Amino acid sequence: MSKLNSFWKMMATVIAVLAIMALVACGSAEEGAGEADCDAGGGSEEDGAFQIPEAIEGCHNVAWVYIGPHNDGGWTQAHDVGRQYVQDNMEGVHTAYVELVPEGADAEQVIRSLARKGFDTIFTTSFGYMDATEIVASEFPDIDFIHVSGFKANGENFGNLFGAMETMKYLNGMIAGSRAKFDGNPKLGYMPTFPIPEELRLGNAFALGALVTCPECTVDVRWIGTWHDPVKEQEAAKSLFDGGAQVVMNGADTPAAAQAAPEGKWGITYNWDGSCTSDKCLTAGYWNWGLEYARITELSMNDEYVGGFDYFDADSGAMGLYGYMDGEELQPGVAELPEEDLALIQEVFDKAMAGDFDRFDVFAGPIMDNQGNVVLAEGETLEQIDLDGFAQFDVPCETCMYWWAENFNAELPDL
Amino acid sequence: MNWIIIFHAGIATGTVLLFATIGEILTERAGILNLGVEGMMLMGAMAGFSVSLSTGNPWLGLMAALAAGGLLSLAHGLVTIHFQADQVVSGLSLTFLGTGLALVLGDSLSGKQVTTIAPIDLPILSDIPFVGDVFFADHSPLVYVGYLLVPLVWYFLNRTRPGMHLRAIGEKPQAADVMGINVYRLRYFYVFVGGCLAGLAGGIISLSVSPGWYSAQTTSGQGWIAVGLVIFAQWNPLRAAVGSYLFGSLRRFLLDLQGPATLLGFTNPLYVNANLGFFLQMLPYLLIILALVIGSRQAKRKRLGAPAALGLPFIRGTKG
Repeated sequence: MSKLNSFWKMMATVIAVLAIMALVACGSAEEGAGEADCDAGGGSEEDGAFQIPEAIEGCHNVAWVYIGPHNDGGWTQAHDVGRQYVQDNMEGVHTAYVELVPEGADAEQVIRSLARKGFDTIFTTSFGYMDATEIVASEFPDIDFIHVSGFKANGENFGNLFGAMETMKYLNGMIAGSRAKFDGNPKLGYMPTFPIPEELRLGNAFALGALVTCPECTVDVRWIGTWHDPVKEQEAAKSLFDGGAQVVMNGADTPAAAQAAPEGKWGITYNWDGSCTSDKCLTAGYWNWGLEYARITELSMNDEYVGGFDYFDADSGAMGLYGYMDGEELQPGVAELPEEDLALIQEVFDKAMAGDFDRFDVFAGPIMDNQGNVVLAEGETLEQIDLDGFAQFDVPCETCMYWWAENFNAELPDL
Repeated sequence: MNWIIIFHAGIATGTVLLFATIGEILTERAGILNLGVEGMMLMGAMAGFSVSLSTGNPWLGLMAALAAGGLLSLAHGLVTIHFQADQVVSGLSLTFLGTGLALVLGDSLSGKQVTTIAPIDLPILSDIPFVGDVFFADHSPLVYVGYLLVPLVWYFLNRTRPGMHLRAIGEKPQAADVMGINVYRLRYFYVFVGGCLAGLAGGIISLSVSPGWYSAQTTSGQGWIAVGLVIFAQWNPLRAAVGSYLFGSLRRFLLDLQGPATLLGFTNPLYVNANLGFFLQMLPYLLIILALVIGSRQAKRKRLGAPAALGLPFIRGTKG
C-alpha cells in the first residue's frame, strides 16, 4: 500500500513538473511570435539579491532604479506613476524597474546589470545613486543615464534631472503661514532628511513663503536621517507638534506630518498626489514625472539626449500643488483661510504655472539668514549652481545653499 | 523638552516592541529560536491593515494580524520541530518569506486610509499626576492590554504548571518528555503563540502607531530590535517591558533633543550639530548588536539565563 502511495506521489510530481514546463514553453513561444510586444512584461533574472528585468528586442528599453518599493505611497510611487505614463503613452517603448535598491555598491551592481541586459535608457531615482550612475555611465557610452536629484553630469550620456519643487514649497509656506496666523500660533515645523543642498533649499523656500503671509512665524527643525521610515517620520512630526508647531511640513515621503497632527493642528505632505487625503493635510507639493520622462525618453530614442542639468519649473506641468490643480478641491483647512491670503496664494500659484514665477523668484533678495547676515541684497538672485551646491561638496557656487532663512529656529548642520 | 511627553510617546511606540518581544520570549523559552519576527510583523501589519480597510473595523484587523503572524510561524515550526532543521536558517528564511508575501499581498494597499484604533483615557488612573499622564492617558487600548500581558506572562511562566512545562521543554526537553509532556506539540503551540504576538505587534503599527501600509518599510526593522531585546531582557517579561518602553522613549528623546538651544544652561550640542543626532540615533541599534554578540556566546548566554536547549532540535529517544 505504501509503495503504491509513493508511486502515485512520484507520478503527481512528474505531471506537475511537465505541466509547468509546458506553461513556460507556451509563454516563451508567445513572446517570440510576430512583432515585439513592448507592453508585455519581459522576464527577469536573479542577480544577487535583485531581480534584474530583461530587455525586449525590437523595443526601446527603459529601466528605472528605485530606492523604495514601487508602491511606497510617496517618492518612489510618484516615479512609478511616471514610468507607467511612459509605458502607456509611447509607441515601441518597453519599461521595467528594479525596486528596493540600497544606495552604494548594490546600486552600482544593479545599474551595471541593467546596462548589460541591453536597456537603452536608465533612470536612477535617488540622491545616493549619483556616483554609482556616473561610474557605470562611463563604462557604457551608448546608453543614456539620467540621475534624479543630484549635482553631477558628464555632458554626454550621464545627465541630471530634477524640478524646482522649491516653488511649491514656497507656496506650502504661504499656506502654512496663513494657517498658523489664523490659528493664533505662529510656529511651524520642518522635518528634513539629510544635510544636503536639496533639503536646505526646500526648507528655506518653505520658510520664505511663510514670511509672506506670517512675518512673525518661526520654523522648528527635526532632522530624521531617512527618506522613508513611517515610524520615525511619525515620531519626528509628533516631536514638532508637541514642541508647539501648528503646521508641520515633511521633507520625507509618508503622510506622517498630517497623520500625526493632533486635533486642530495641520500637516503638509510631499511627493505624491495621493499622500494628502486626510482632512488634517493642508496641501502637498507633488511630482508628475511622466511628462519629463516621456520627453527625455523621446530624446534618448532619437540619440539626441545630451547629459546636462535638466531642471524643470512649475510651468513644465511636471509638478503640482495639491488642492490647486485641475480636478482638485482646496483641502478644508485651506478653504477657510482669510480671503486676502487665499487671493495672494492663488496669484503666486497662477504666476508659477504660467512661468512668471520660478525658482529664482523664490530666492530673490532681500534674504537674511538666521545669524543676521545678508544672504542676498535687494535685487539680487541666486544662480542655478547656488541652488544645489555646498562649497563643502566642492561645488564652485558663490552664494551656496548653506544657510537657514531668518525665521528658522535652528542651527546649520556640520558637513 | 517635556519628560511626560517623551515617556508617553515611548510607551506608545514601545508597546509594539513589547508584544513582539514577549512573543519571542515565549517561543525561546520553549527552546525554539525564531529570527523571523520581522517577517511575521510585516505580515501582521499587512493583514491587519487589509482587513480593517475592507471591513471598517480595526479590531477585526487586529484579529487578522494575530492570525497572519501565527499562521506564518507554523512554517517555522514545521521546519524546525518536524524536520529538525537549523533554527537560525529557518528563521531568517521566514523573514524573507513573510516580507515577500506581505509585499505581494499588500501591493494594492498603499496610500489607502483606514479606520484606526482611537486612543482612550483610563478613568480615575489618568488623574494621578505624572504617572497618570504618562501611563494612563491618551493611549491606544493596546497599550493597556500590554500592561496586563506583562504580569500575566510572568505569572504564567513562573507560578503555573503549564508555565513550568513550557520552561521544561526549553531547558531539558528529554526530561520533560520522560515526564510525559508532549514536547513536539507544546513547542508547536509556543511557536504559534509567539507568531500571533509578533503579528499583533505588526497590526498595532499599521492600525495605531503609524497608521498606513508603506510596503517593506512599514515595520522599519522593529522585528530585529525585538529579537535583540529578548536577550537584553534575559528572557524575562518584566525586564522586556522595561526594555521596550525605554527603547521607545530613547528614540523620541533623541528627536526632541534637537529642539532647545540650551540644556540646563549649557549649549545643546545637538542643536548646534544635528549630525550628532544621527550618531545617537544609531546607538540603540549598536546596543542590540552588542546584546546579540554577547547572547550568542554559549557561556555568557547561560549566565544571562538563556533556556539551555534554545536552538537545539529535540529528537525523541536521543540523549540531550
